[in-house]
Amino acid sequence: MRTRGAATGELLVGLGIGLLFGLALHRSGVTNPDVIINQLLLRDMTVVKVMMSAVVVGGLGIYIMHHLGLVELHIREAAVGSTVIGGLIFGVGFALLGYCPGTAVAAVGEGRLDALFGGVIGMLLGAFAFAMVHPRVRGVLKMGSMGKQTLWGLLRVPPLVAMVAVSVIIGGLFWWFEVVGL
Amino acid sequence: MVPLADKLFVLGCVLALAGLGLATAATWSPYLAGALIGVLSWLSFYLVGKPIGTSTTYVRVFGMLARLVAPRTVAENEYMRETGIKVEWQMLVVFGVLLGGLVSALAAGTFGLRWVPDFWTATFGAAIWPRLMVALFGGFLVGFGARWADGCTSGHGISGALQLAVVGWIGAICFFVGGIVMAMLLYSGGGGAG
Repeated sequence: MRTRGAATGELLVGLGIGLLFGLALHRSGVTNPDVIINQLLLRDMTVVKVMMSAVVVGGLGIYIMHHLGLVELHIREAAVGSTVIGGLIFGVGFALLGYCPGTAVAAVGEGRLDALFGGVIGMLLGAFAFAMVHPRVRGVLKMGSMGKQTLWGLLRVPPLVAMVAVSVIIGGLFWWFEVVGL
Repeated sequence: MVPLADKLFVLGCVLALAGLGLATAATWSPYLAGALIGVLSWLSFYLVGKPIGTSTTYVRVFGMLARLVAPRTVAENEYMRETGIKVEWQMLVVFGVLLGGLVSALAAGTFGLRWVPDFWTATFGAAIWPRLMVALFGGFLVGFGARWADGCTSGHGISGALQLAVVGWIGAICFFVGGIVMAMLLYSGGGGAG
């Protein structure tokens, strides 16, 4: 059982991680919805660069720590009915709004009022609406379930090998972005 | 009692936020910012055993607000019961993101109250109400879609993808496919002044 003190410590660590996450989101420019929309119009690759850099640095570190037995993985279930349908609904909203659930909050901190009165309030209502319809869509969410699958599980290679391979591919993508000036 | 190490960790984060916010350029290379987010994911896995995410917090915050006016609806809702309407780790991450954005903008001198972003003005004009209505609808779809997909750009796009989870990569691809199609339909004329 977790003691109350340990839980409070966890909350504090969350606050600290959130502070630096907000800083990184703001300074990279992705709290600006113009950057998001230009990414979706494929004129500016800032969002992809931020996400894929986090994947390379985060993933290599976590798979090395996992290899040493220091951390556990937390893989969620993939299902066509949930991931694809939900992802596409999210994407349509993403283009209308110009913020995602994380950047909207940092954008509120930056003074963007459409992120608050449009974005955050809309997302709260959307999350609530999902809670209301959830019992009726349970079957759809399970459709095409793949379980807690990973890329290395699909390819039957050791996790670290897959992580290095993915990092090399992402590195190549970054090199191409810089060559063509995206 | 809060362990000393956790207090020191937060103190370190606050100092790092202040230091990085004040002493560095107002805009960072996206590669550098992404690398910092990657390091934060190491910390969240190692220190609390949880991946970084944000969108579940919207369910919890709405549940807490709704409980004030309709406690039975919240108590009887299965999804909210499974999620657990309480203050927990991720909610503090989201609160930190809000403060981080605020401190970073203040330190960079870019804080300012704004209603309508440039990409919107370029296509639809500077009127506030149309922007707020569409942002509210877009936000609704983002919140609904994130819960339907069981994750958003941070939970799937970063934490899922960096663990090489299939759900993370399929999720991120679908966020972008939906977003690119919709953005091309709406803004390819004027767009974000690109």
